[in-house]
Amino acid sequence: MSHTFDEISQQLKRRHRKSSRLKWITMGSLGLAGLFLVLFFADMLTKGLPAFQQAYVQTEISYNEEAETDGRQAFDEELLPIISRTVVRVIPMELRNNPDMIGTSEEQWVLANSEVDQYLKGHRNSLSAEEQAAIDERVEAGQVDMRFNTTFFTNGDSKIAENAGILAAVVGTVMTMIVTLAIAFPIGVMTAVYLEEFAPDNRFTQIIEININNLAAIPSILFGLLGLAIFINFFGVPRSSPLAGGMTLALMTLPVIIISTRTALRSVPDSIRHAAFGVGCSRWQVVRDHVLPLAMPGIMTGSIIGLAQAMGETAPLIIVGMVAFIPDVGASFTNAATVMPAQIFTWSGEPEQAFVEKTAGGILVLLTILISLNAFAVVLRKKFERRW
Amino acid sequence: MNSHATVMNGQQTPAVGQPYTRNNAACHDVSFRVRDLNLWYGKNQALSGLNIDLFQKNVTALIGPSGCGKSTFLRCLNRMNDLIPSVRLEGLVEMDGRDVNASKMDEVALRRRVGMVFQKPNPFPKSIYENIAYAPRMHDLVSRKAEQDELVEKALRDAGLWNEVKDKLQEPGTSLSGGQQQRLCIARAIAVQPDVILMDEPTSALDPISTATIEDLMDKLKDQFTIITVTHNMQQAARVADYTAFFHLGEIIEYNDTKVMFSTPAQKKTEDYISGRYG
Repeated sequence: MSHTFDEISQQLKRRHRKSSRLKWITMGSLGLAGLFLVLFFADMLTKGLPAFQQAYVQTEISYNEEAETDGRQAFDEELLPIISRTVVRVIPMELRNNPDMIGTSEEQWVLANSEVDQYLKGHRNSLSAEEQAAIDERVEAGQVDMRFNTTFFTNGDSKIAENAGILAAVVGTVMTMIVTLAIAFPIGVMTAVYLEEFAPDNRFTQIIEININNLAAIPSILFGLLGLAIFINFFGVPRSSPLAGGMTLALMTLPVIIISTRTALRSVPDSIRHAAFGVGCSRWQVVRDHVLPLAMPGIMTGSIIGLAQAMGETAPLIIVGMVAFIPDVGASFTNAATVMPAQIFTWSGEPEQAFVEKTAGGILVLLTILISLNAFAVVLRKKFERRW
Repeated sequence: MNSHATVMNGQQTPAVGQPYTRNNAACHDVSFRVRDLNLWYGKNQALSGLNIDLFQKNVTALIGPSGCGKSTFLRCLNRMNDLIPSVRLEGLVEMDGRDVNASKMDEVALRRRVGMVFQKPNPFPKSIYENIAYAPRMHDLVSRKAEQDELVEKALRDAGLWNEVKDKLQEPGTSLSGGQQQRLCIARAIAVQPDVILMDEPTSALDPISTATIEDLMDKLKDQFTIITVTHNMQQAARVADYTAFFHLGEIIEYNDTKVMFSTPAQKKTEDYISGRYG
């Protein structure tokens, strides 16, 4: 029995409605995801950007002899409530380094304390009405001003909010990542090369394969426990050090690198392998001269993404003690250090209002680095992708 | 079934593995001697009881319908089947009196003497120059740059490609046309100075003109190399091959001088296949 067009369109109408409904639902979820992203970024930027500005006070510093023991003596007594407590130690240190300066005086912009800073940024603060009025006067006179916060990028952590910076955490992160990459990259690539190019396909290698895939899904805090038990307790790697943290994160990054390397190796066409075997290459020569160079962009992309993931990891590092108060920039791989997410975590727990923006500022720095890393991975892939 | 037992009118029974028309006179030296070769992919037998002598400095064509085992047999000659884990092999494949499957035989050494050209042109994703120079350098056939340049030129000349690529040796091998790529692969194979070149349907991915060029090339190269080619194209076998072996369901049905085979096939199956009744 045949159907007329009208009968068919009657039934089609319902189907078309269904598909358009589905289209709207999918577009809606995309919009929602986008909205969350925008909200997140907007929140981070509004909270974090002020952290890159800091209140400074212009004043005369008189390097007298009393200032050698107590930095406060170098300042006008009136200013003491509004300048940062850091001068107590900073001025004597300067004088010890340059004894010639004693007896001289100098006009300088000095860090204001965080209450003043928060007041000027319009945040909650503990200044009284008179104090606020006094500061307003100084602002009018051009003696108090907001300037770019270099301290945030040149200092380690500090209990004094205006003195706290992210540099120690950035250096710690870099050192940790160096360790992670140095361990996870060669081991991961070699493992993948063995599994993909050398290993026979039997029960044993299948079990290994399944376990590697499962490893990628293990909660990261378990890797922290493993790192604590093996690296720190058994091998005696110094606690809180980039070495311990890097090794722990390497465990976590390994499956990511192995899986992405295997995918990259598998995407190299067999015809290339056959060609290489055909001219008398040994298996290792086939891999080294032909397969690996072709797979390299994929391997590097995977490794960078794995590294970016490790860089944002906090939980395992809490276990190996990298969430610590680290005021100094790390000197070696075995000294105590902290990493960016751990620093952010530490700051988020500080009660002072000034640390709220530090937290957001730290997140912005971390995000910037992560996004640059991912962009670098994309560029790398585009650059080395061979179409021939 | 053993085709060699069959005696055709007036022809003398050949020795095992030799073409029907061959009179034991040593017109050619044997390159490969294959005896009772059986091969299985897992449980499926792909080759059964093959006996054949392949002659030096000749073109031998292996023909037969798809799945008859001709490519599989070809890959036995340079042990490319080693790369397939499920393959099991019995019998003897001898080159220069040495068992190629012996544990003492290094497959890398074998492939150095038995080059291969594949169905789809597969130049390395490197420059034209590197495609040729890579293998000789790896095998220590050249030590100086000048020697290497010379060898690259000679290989490209032998493959009839020199005039077309001499000005763009640094361009990627894959920038060439399909036919040129296949000749590049032939040049790559002859650059390591092998004794034998295996060709697995070398023209099946090419247009008729490129095919003709490759066929001419095979004719020229047989002065220097033993060429064993698998082909789907019977006319091609008739044109280029000195000897032809007809495969069917994993057996060699007939092995003969090409001219004789195509004019007076000894077997009914061969005749049916050649005349296009199946295949």
